[in-house]
Amino acid sequence: MSHMETSALKRLQVQRFKPEENPEIHYLNSERGLWSWLSTVDHKRIGLMYLASIAIFFFIGGVLALVLRTELLSPAQSFLDADVYNQVFTLHGAIMIFFFLVPSVPAALGNFILPIQLGAKDVAFPRLNLASFYIYTIGTVFTLVAIITGAVDTGWTFYTPYSTETGTNVLLMTLGIFILGFSSILTGVNFIVTIHKMRAPGMTWSKLPLNVWSLYATSIIQVLATPVLAITLLLLVMERALGIGIFDPALGGDPVLFQHFFWFYSHPAVYIMIVPGFGVISEVISTFSRKHIFGYWAIALSSLAIAFIGFLVWGHHMFTAGQSSLASMVFSFLTFLVGIPTGIKIFNWLATMYKGSIDLKAPMLYAMVFLFLFTIGGFTGIMLGALSVDIHLHDTYFVVAHFHYVMMGGMVMALLAGLHYWWPKMFGKMYSEVYARISCALIFIGFNLAFLPQFVMGAQGMPRRYFNYIDQFQPFHQLSTMGAYIMGVGFVIMFFYLLHSLVRGEKAASNPWGSRALEWQTTSPAAPHNFEHTPVVIHGPYDYHKPMSEFQLGIAHGHHGESHQPETLETVAETGTRP
Amino acid sequence: MGMWIFLVTEILFFGGLFAAYIVYRAWYPDLYVQASTQLDTFWGAVNTAVLIGSSLTVAMAIRSAQLNQIKGLIINLYITIGLAFTFMVIKYFEYVHKFEKGIFPGQYYTYEGIAHEKANIFFSIYYMMTGLHGLHVIIGIGLMIWLLVKAKKGAFSAEYYTPVEITGLYWHLVDVIWIFLFPLLYLID
Repeated sequence: MSHMETSALKRLQVQRFKPEENPEIHYLNSERGLWSWLSTVDHKRIGLMYLASIAIFFFIGGVLALVLRTELLSPAQSFLDADVYNQVFTLHGAIMIFFFLVPSVPAALGNFILPIQLGAKDVAFPRLNLASFYIYTIGTVFTLVAIITGAVDTGWTFYTPYSTETGTNVLLMTLGIFILGFSSILTGVNFIVTIHKMRAPGMTWSKLPLNVWSLYATSIIQVLATPVLAITLLLLVMERALGIGIFDPALGGDPVLFQHFFWFYSHPAVYIMIVPGFGVISEVISTFSRKHIFGYWAIALSSLAIAFIGFLVWGHHMFTAGQSSLASMVFSFLTFLVGIPTGIKIFNWLATMYKGSIDLKAPMLYAMVFLFLFTIGGFTGIMLGALSVDIHLHDTYFVVAHFHYVMMGGMVMALLAGLHYWWPKMFGKMYSEVYARISCALIFIGFNLAFLPQFVMGAQGMPRRYFNYIDQFQPFHQLSTMGAYIMGVGFVIMFFYLLHSLVRGEKAASNPWGSRALEWQTTSPAAPHNFEHTPVVIHGPYDYHKPMSEFQLGIAHGHHGESHQPETLETVAETGTRP
Repeated sequence: MGMWIFLVTEILFFGGLFAAYIVYRAWYPDLYVQASTQLDTFWGAVNTAVLIGSSLTVAMAIRSAQLNQIKGLIINLYITIGLAFTFMVIKYFEYVHKFEKGIFPGQYYTYEGIAHEKANIFFSIYYMMTGLHGLHVIIGIGLMIWLLVKAKKGAFSAEYYTPVEITGLYWHLVDVIWIFLFPLLYLID
């Protein structure tokens, strides 16, 4: 903070507000009853409702995955026929991506934590926030109806011309996802405005938690990419309903145009899924290394760089779709570029841990798992981005394995890290650390057992989405299925210890991890309006060399004689960018 | 600010259609020239004038609100809604006229008058673009009726007129999109 710019400085009377332990009134019990939840405009409750929804969808998607893996135990057909198999993998993909991954960190964790991290009372448009949750719900209802009335078998990508011809209920499914897109757009708009307008006094752009930066980058992608998906799906709906022929070669249209449109959204969409994960990991690694984050601006800006480059690489999904070789070369080159900001992040995280006092609690364990798995996923992504290699690996299990390493090994691990990290803040309860570690280990082992063999068999030529295969691949498939079961056990254990924590977990302290970040300077669970005072920020969220008292400041009460007796009273200079 | 960001998403939403337009125009340039002769430039121009006029009145409505002239606000909203309806009526007659000739979107296309086998593609895009735009006009009408009701109840004043302002922004965007659609579809030759 520069003390030279006197014109931008504002003086504030501040005092220390030590967060109360075991608060009697918090956001979970300030209002009661089902209706108070359904009509709430509190971002924390909306976040929890999202969390519950995505947990349900993760469960459905996970069960479908286990069904698929069980079928693949033997080379020949065992208990699913080919059509059902197609429907199951489509549902697995569509549910996991559109209903679980896209809203996971931004809508669930982001809604909960973003305003607290900014020191705001709520998001900028609380009612819009509730509306976007209901839009999400309507979208899911459409999709569930589509599943019941005739499951879709196109794969989650809905490629034309098959998606316009198949007899299943593509119409409802795409409409559901179309509606879902609106929810995603509204959340993105809400977050961008919140970050711009609702920061606490002193929360300058250089003091934003990195989680906020990555949510900011994510919101930009959501706002810019989702409408293109909307128009694509609308065209697909029109194509099916009215036969407008834009994607139909018989009518002079072009099915590859669908792929262009689709990937123009869906490539940025995979960054919607992964970039918020980066934010969570930055928070967790800094907290549990008890050290200032290494390369703050490098991490913050590389999120934006990924968001930007992400819009220019969609062609790498179409190397084999008859795109010109010049275009393919350009897309391939741009794809390599994504590796640079991602690498910057990984090295910065490693540098943060270097010489830190690392505490291997469950969130940190998940962050480590993230680093390990995501690096593998990232490197194989670069391999797939290389033209000649991709021609060989296109549509094989190699791609499946890569995608799962990035999405599950990356995003889901980041989600779990974040969930375990902010769990005390959400519910005011601790979970069993021992079981958390056991389940983390099981998930790690199971995950690698499930997906490492898929790299090998993909490279040997096992195509994706086939429900039968030649005997040669059986050992790999069996290993993979074993891994999937082990992961399943891990998640079941997690479900139970989290449930146990909710019911009779130990009470959590307001700041169980000793973090300096603003969200830990309020009560656990958080107060109904996040803070009882207006927080004032004078240090960055990772300044572990500064005493804790300097992170618990708020605007002093105007007159004396209130119940709060100020412990310290001081005046700091502020860069007054906010009214 | 939220509204501005929302408008960006709208532009990208239409952007997809403009991209499709560009692709197919690059493939079938002669088709576009021929097919656009089927569109009625005169009524298209009238509609352009109508929409530009409505943008003016919406701007005047905002100005009235700023100056606390609630009556002026209500009158201007009435005129804007009237112009929007005019636009939709003209559009309706254009559509009906084409349907009579057998110019339907996509596979239902039966018109014989254009010597180009891919003629339906142009009209698919035409219907998608103008249809989506028409939908936005209808939404705009709905929003302005809502404003009208609130204005009559005296909800707006010089201190509070944000809904008028952001609806105005939205309406300008709808207008601007039409200003792009009109030359791209009607004035190719």
